[in-house]
Amino acid sequence: MKPAPFEYHAPEAVADVVSLLAEHGDDAKPLAGGQSLVPMLAMRLTRFEHIVDLNRVDELFGVESDNGGVRIGAMTRQAAVETDAAVAERVPLLHLATPHIGHFQIRNRGTIGGSVAHADPASEYPAVMLALDGTAEIASASGTREVPAAEFFESTFMTAVASDELLTALRFPAWDQPAGFAFDEIARRSGDFALAGAAVGIGTDAEGRINRAAVGMLGVGAIPLRASSVEAALMGLAAADADPAEIGRLAADDMDPIGDVHASAEYRRRAGSTLVGRVLADALAQVTTEDGNG
Amino acid sequence: MADQIPLSMTVNGRTRRGTGEPRLTLADFLREQAQCTGVHLGCEHGVCGSCTVLMDGEAVRSCLLFAVQAEGADITTVEGLAPDDETLHPVQEAFRDCHGLQCGFCTPGFVVSVAAFLEANPDPSDAEIRHGIAGNLCRCTGYQGIVAATRQAAAVMRGGE
Repeated sequence: MKPAPFEYHAPEAVADVVSLLAEHGDDAKPLAGGQSLVPMLAMRLTRFEHIVDLNRVDELFGVESDNGGVRIGAMTRQAAVETDAAVAERVPLLHLATPHIGHFQIRNRGTIGGSVAHADPASEYPAVMLALDGTAEIASASGTREVPAAEFFESTFMTAVASDELLTALRFPAWDQPAGFAFDEIARRSGDFALAGAAVGIGTDAEGRINRAAVGMLGVGAIPLRASSVEAALMGLAAADADPAEIGRLAADDMDPIGDVHASAEYRRRAGSTLVGRVLADALAQVTTEDGNG
Repeated sequence: MADQIPLSMTVNGRTRRGTGEPRLTLADFLREQAQCTGVHLGCEHGVCGSCTVLMDGEAVRSCLLFAVQAEGADITTVEGLAPDDETLHPVQEAFRDCHGLQCGFCTPGFVVSVAAFLEANPDPSDAEIRHGIAGNLCRCTGYQGIVAATRQAAAVMRGGE
């Protein structure tokens, strides 16, 4: 029993969650899968007077498909995202990124909303959400609002979700065009926090010319970042002619890495930009060897 | 604040009741109130995997759950894997046969994790086995014996031997 004492709440509806958050503000914290929050509580890196457990709020679970893409309830377990057929078919990048999260025991509890709301710069889903221009659905006692990924991540562990608000769902657009997707990361051991990672989507027109490029990066800044230089260099190129290693190197300019005990800033920049090139090569191969999977 | 909350869940097929503060972890409840001391606590922050149990059939870290969250759940610890006191689960048998343990501290977590892993992946490659056991840490076997044990248990559980 290591965390500081707290009062436990187990509401069963979003309306009750947001009412508790409105009442207790900064003293309350929603508990999703608990795979990051509970260790932080155990190490007393943080403490809250009130823990609002979301695990009995049924309306926060599940994947829905609509004509724009998929909508994933914030409490949907990472393990459920990993095996969901609609996610695999319509948002392949999310499917490819999921096995990189922790270990299977962690993914059995960890949730997509928890990952995104926690906003660890080394985590996978925030980079995918940013690359794909996903949208966060946020509820509070005074109503609901939507925030695009580009405005969602404010700083390390800081997002647009205020202390009286709840992240309720994430929406990811499907790409209805020839496309290739790839994800990879560098970690010392399987399941460790990534030193650097890349999430890439490449879309082409019928002639194989790149008309859509999405490159998200993790672990190379205080928040997930887009490799805008790489995206700009890809646009308009024939996919078969693009040199991924050379274009990937441009990503170094889009990074703002922090050095720590795990890797220096310079190592993260160099290894990260090499990785962007390799992941880009994987995505390009899918749109050049056949006519894509979009 | 810090009120005692009544707790009730099924542990290895039996209803277990107790009480605890909300901050009581499931691991501590299982060890101290359900007498399941096979649930080992190493790091107590989700890294080492020693405390792995099945909750409603899924392998989870019991140090990262509060006991109150498991209210009404069906928990299986290493003590509940084997069908009876005279028999070992195929994974336990394989760990004994293949030198899958030395000091034994990490073993309950490994056994529960491997049992769950093989339920979902009945015929894993060695690479898949290594990926499957990556969430549990052992500081003495060097893992070779654990990989061999997982391979043997997979064959037995598939009915091949």
